[in-house]
Amino acid sequence: MSTTVAPALSFVECRRGFWRLLPLSLFVAAFGAAFGLAAVQTGLQPVEIVLMSATVFAGTAQFAALDLWGAQVPLVPLLVTTLAINARMLLMGATLYPWLALVPPRRRYASLITLSDANWAMALNDLQSGRNTLGALVGGGLAIWLTWLAGTLAGMVFGGLIADPRAFGVDMVLGCFMLSMALAGRRTLRTVAAWIAGGLAAWAALHWLPANTHVVAGGLAGGLVGALWLERGQ
Amino acid sequence: MISTSGAGALLIIACMALVTLLVRFGGVFIMGLIPLNRRVEGFINGMAGSVLIAVLVPIALQADTAGRLALLATAGLMFWLRKPMPAIALGIAGAALYRAV
Repeated sequence: MSTTVAPALSFVECRRGFWRLLPLSLFVAAFGAAFGLAAVQTGLQPVEIVLMSATVFAGTAQFAALDLWGAQVPLVPLLVTTLAINARMLLMGATLYPWLALVPPRRRYASLITLSDANWAMALNDLQSGRNTLGALVGGGLAIWLTWLAGTLAGMVFGGLIADPRAFGVDMVLGCFMLSMALAGRRTLRTVAAWIAGGLAAWAALHWLPANTHVVAGGLAGGLVGALWLERGQ
Repeated sequence: MISTSGAGALLIIACMALVTLLVRFGGVFIMGLIPLNRRVEGFINGMAGSVLIAVLVPIALQADTAGRLALLATAGLMFWLRKPMPAIALGIAGAALYRAV
């Protein structure tokens, strides 16, 4: 919001984003392997599994699809579930709007093709702290997409041979990463109030609302705090 | 109901991919229709941090002792060094170590 210059989207920036997010993509590979194995066990054809990971590229939604998979699949419930689980991406995309609005439409939307939790968080952190680049979003997105696909393939081929990723703490990578991104940003009383509102709303949604609505509930609650409590001189 | 034999499965996957892509584009598209003023900017700013927290809530709730230790170590190092990569590395190493012993 502090800039009127379009964020950089050069090859060098994307390459840097790729290498910054590649080590974190370990958890994506582990998650992808779990999906590949589960998809084989559900009875999907290899080409279908690879196509799903490559084009849908959304882990939780893909696991939910496996739950509904059989000789017949109810298409509308499946798409509604996909929409509900991925609705958090609407919020994530919206938070990038102030910067993406400065980018020509074709590049703006192309840079969102691999939008997911980790590359969104890193890109937003970059932009908010004055590093005016989309390298983490695009390059980092490519890193996550590739490891997601590689993980899926590994799970299909090697299945149960993969060692328990929990032993290496891989299940906590996303949590630790998201926490570090939250704490890396600028903290004011106002942002902390938004966190608390968002955290409580997410907690309440986990208890009382349908599954996978907690991110949207938390985001909207935090957004309301931000809209009602404006920073002075903003 | 759509049969998953033959092209049916591919159709289902294509529909899922399309819905997901529209959601990825949707947030930015919708914001383009709303005039950006102080309130909307405040909303976006408040939303940004709380989406991170909301993703974290179930992870922290469902984590075992090792997992919570990992989050604590990450938070501690973030407050001390303010550098994400060492903080994450310490958290992961902490969880792995706790589970190993």
